[in-house]
Amino acid sequence: MTQPTLHQALGSHFTRIISVGAARGDLIVPNDDIVGPIESSDEWIRQRTGVITRTRASESVSAADLATTAANEAITNAKISASDIGAVIVATISNDVLTPSMAALVADRIGATPAAAYDVSAACAGFCYGIAQADALVRAGAAKYVLVIGAEKLSDYAKPTDRTISFLLGDGAGAVIVGPADSVGISPTIWGSDGGKWDAVGMDRPTREAFADRDGDFPTLRQDGQTVFRWAVWEMAKVAQEALDVAGITAGDLAAFIPHQANMRIINEFAKQLNVPDSVVIARDIETTGNTSAASVPLAMHRVLAENPELSGGYALIIGFGAGLVYAAQIVRLP
Amino acid sequence: MAQSKDEVLAGLAALVNDETGVPVESVVFGKSFADDLDIDSISMMTIVVNAEEQFDVKIPDDKVSELKTVDDAVNYIVSAQS
Repeated sequence: MTQPTLHQALGSHFTRIISVGAARGDLIVPNDDIVGPIESSDEWIRQRTGVITRTRASESVSAADLATTAANEAITNAKISASDIGAVIVATISNDVLTPSMAALVADRIGATPAAAYDVSAACAGFCYGIAQADALVRAGAAKYVLVIGAEKLSDYAKPTDRTISFLLGDGAGAVIVGPADSVGISPTIWGSDGGKWDAVGMDRPTREAFADRDGDFPTLRQDGQTVFRWAVWEMAKVAQEALDVAGITAGDLAAFIPHQANMRIINEFAKQLNVPDSVVIARDIETTGNTSAASVPLAMHRVLAENPELSGGYALIIGFGAGLVYAAQIVRLP
Repeated sequence: MAQSKDEVLAGLAALVNDETGVPVESVVFGKSFADDLDIDSISMMTIVVNAEEQFDVKIPDDKVSELKTVDDAVNYIVSAQS
């Protein structure tokens, strides 16, 4: 007896980022507000990281709240209904619970239920991992529209006395709608990992260890700054170049360079190593937003477009890199 | 091929000057990068990466934090070249 042939899903040949939305923490925190516990100064933080202020969310505001606000703006700007969304992906390290996912909660709040919903844990590369997945899902016919959100409330995991990373951290969420297109809007993703540097950045202790230690602290973020700096600049410049090469363009063809907003010194040296010409707008949102991990690339994209609306339709190199260590890069057509 | 300490010092001083603006003549034996030359850890890493290329040596991350003085850096490079 012959078996019937299975059906195979097939989606649009091409994909693009249709719209972007953003939500930053409601509190603007200047350097002077946090220098005390780390025995530092406004000048030291500006010189070392480029941060002048960072946005942090009030006690009552969660990363899911920020994600919902950003998502609603992206949906409105895309001129689709929430019910058109086939999948909701939230890149985050700030979910209040190990399970259920932030994505399921956000999907319900925005009216996207019964869309597929899951979180991606890829730290500062999370949003670009989400773009890689959304691109593949749409082209494979698994979803027509995918909502990709990077959402973080890193202030929940910032230790005031930590001199390695805490003063950089901010809260916010950025969201995009990925959908079908008439031409290439998302180039092949260059992504990967280096687990040999698993200890370079991340939480300072396992969660269960913290619970068992009555006198101990809640887990907070820390990093080996020099290791992360070297990797983020020189190794990621190679990844970025590879992304340009497979996309078939050069740095000179870019309208914008939007790297993860880890540290202004990283952004500057990275752009130098990549030979980004002066004609290309470089995202420097970290200056007033801080480092928002998975939210940093979409927040920076939103700001680049708000300040330079003429760049709509131009190419942007987006690259995320962080704890894992993991990374992902694409060239995208700006919405 | 191994260079002399003075040759490495001259090359290192140029790299330090290029990255930080610290005068070449200030980069001498006995000076501490952080305390005397006011070079922070990020600039130090950039200098290290450039030194790897210039002197054709490898300086692993865990060694960088041990290079506290100009002497430490020059001695390490000369040793790594031979």
